[in-house]
Amino acid sequence: MLVLKLALRNIIGAGLRTWLNVVVLSLAFVLIVWTQGFIQGMQEYSQRALIDTEVGGGQFWRPEYDQYDPLTLEDSHAPLSPALRKLVNDGSATSILITMGTIYPGGRAMPALIKGIDPSQKALNIPAGMLGRVSDGDIPGLIGQRMAKTTGLREGDFVTVRWRDVGGTFDAADIRIAAVVITDMPTIDQGQIWIPLERLREMLRTPGEATLVVVDKDTATVPEAGGGWIFRDQEYMLKEIVEMVKSKMVSTLFMYSLLMFMALIAIFDTQVLSIWRRRKEMGTMMALGMMRSRIVALFTLEGALHGFLAVVAGAIYGLPLFMLSKKYGFPMPDVVDDWGFAIPQKLYPSYGAVLLLGTTLLVLVSVTLVSYIPSAKISRLKPTDALRGKMT
Amino acid sequence: MKRFTLLIILILAAACAAQGEDYPDGEEILRKVDENLVLDRATGISVMIIHARSGTRTIKSRFWVRGDSESFVEYISPARERGKKMLKLGDRLWTYAPEPADRIITISGHLLRQSVMGSDLSYEDMMENDRLVDLYDAKITGVEEIDARECWVIEMVSKGEEVAYHSRRVWVDRERYLPLKEERFARSGRLLKTTSIKEAFQIDGRWYMKRAIFKDMLSSGEGTEYIIEEIDFDVEIPDHIFTRASLRK
Repeated sequence: MLVLKLALRNIIGAGLRTWLNVVVLSLAFVLIVWTQGFIQGMQEYSQRALIDTEVGGGQFWRPEYDQYDPLTLEDSHAPLSPALRKLVNDGSATSILITMGTIYPGGRAMPALIKGIDPSQKALNIPAGMLGRVSDGDIPGLIGQRMAKTTGLREGDFVTVRWRDVGGTFDAADIRIAAVVITDMPTIDQGQIWIPLERLREMLRTPGEATLVVVDKDTATVPEAGGGWIFRDQEYMLKEIVEMVKSKMVSTLFMYSLLMFMALIAIFDTQVLSIWRRRKEMGTMMALGMMRSRIVALFTLEGALHGFLAVVAGAIYGLPLFMLSKKYGFPMPDVVDDWGFAIPQKLYPSYGAVLLLGTTLLVLVSVTLVSYIPSAKISRLKPTDALRGKMT
Repeated sequence: MKRFTLLIILILAAACAAQGEDYPDGEEILRKVDENLVLDRATGISVMIIHARSGTRTIKSRFWVRGDSESFVEYISPARERGKKMLKLGDRLWTYAPEPADRIITISGHLLRQSVMGSDLSYEDMMENDRLVDLYDAKITGVEEIDARECWVIEMVSKGEEVAYHSRRVWVDRERYLPLKEERFARSGRLLKTTSIKEAFQIDGRWYMKRAIFKDMLSSGEGTEYIIEEIDFDVEIPDHIFTRASLRK
């Protein structure tokens, strides 16, 4: 207790030197928590959006299907197995048929994925119901805002689409854009056009077939599909996004390391200077019977208290900042669209207990360690040398 | 009244006579077209002039063809395209680009339908050397004049399911058996592509196109000119040309 009282008195007595260290360290602490909160918020949002609009409760794939290789689409379609048909009829899943085609917006040829979806489906958060807006025999199409921007298409426009049917024969038709959907998900938007499933089945001459079947996220038990269909669960489907966010976290590690390094160097410097200037004080304490280990503890504690004060100071101005960020979010620039996963227009951070406690612990432990390293020298100090102001 | 009735009878008789005109067998004509256009063994130099929205580009290449399943193309100019190569073996196709990464890319499935260097020709069109008579049922429906030459008008409908164009209409020169004009249709009947042979030449008794214009009718470009600068038929082509190794040579 004596050591703690002494340490507190000493660092408060150090005045501006202490507060400068505390401010620098607290800035590093707050910035780390704030940025990590945004990255966590981004991951949580992306996963949620991916589940809602694409992954659902998992997907059934054809064995040939590779979501990153459109060339596999040609062979990746088959009729639904009885189990899948039942799942779809119950409303617990929805079928999606995909083919590669070419669209001609304004007479310019562009490759595009043509996706067929049931307009009445409820398994995915895609406004497929808008496909019902066009009822006069035209083929209705749904595109996202990125696709609309790339192609210059707007609601009500017609666009010519060319595709090949199951036998490889070309066919072409005009699709009328029923709606342009605003979505954060580039994976259901860029380079694709959604049309009613049954129309696409007719166009490809593949009645009753699908490329994949998406299970509703609330479906409790997923049955065996049979018929060669392979189930890809949520974990499998979200693997990429988790990896991608991890890599973003690793890239921000450099920034954290730099911030912490600057703050810790300041603490280290303060400690070295403090030990050098207080040699006689240490000698006096030893002469009065204070054990070297207690003196080491005193100096280490003085350093460590910088960390504690930094956490307290960080909490004073950081907590309101975190709460405001959580409440109002942070507007994201357009450039993040190119990251390849869902980023909302406003990103809301997520500050979990693990993040807050983990960062606090990181700050306290590293400050204590940095404070101990110069203090350890005291254990080899002779009281006589110390009293004469010598440091060996 | 009698005169009017006579006129009607004469018109009807003329129409019946026209209907009953004795056209030759469409497939026989197609066979003769194939004899001209399908290359058993040939090598030569061609020029492709692409009239795109962004401007006109000219690409020159040397080609080797053996039957309907083997072909090899090497781009000669412009400098940006020089050294690029393309190999077709059966239904597989590879492209090679020396710059920037000395890479061979397999073109298959849907990529085969992509445009070659922004032209109106797809990889499939470019490498096509199939016999039309094997793929289509043909019927002559009339005689029309194209560029002051009399042509058979032939309606072609695919024999099987796995044919790129469901139907075609060709205007075949009655004398030279060259398709001076061709329209290719989708299953829905929509016109997808047109080809017009603007100049032709005769070599070893066989007529071949000298300059043709290909046009993707769904796109707004002005078409692609394809010019044969040199061609040698029935030449011996070493086997090593039609190997993947030759792409990097």
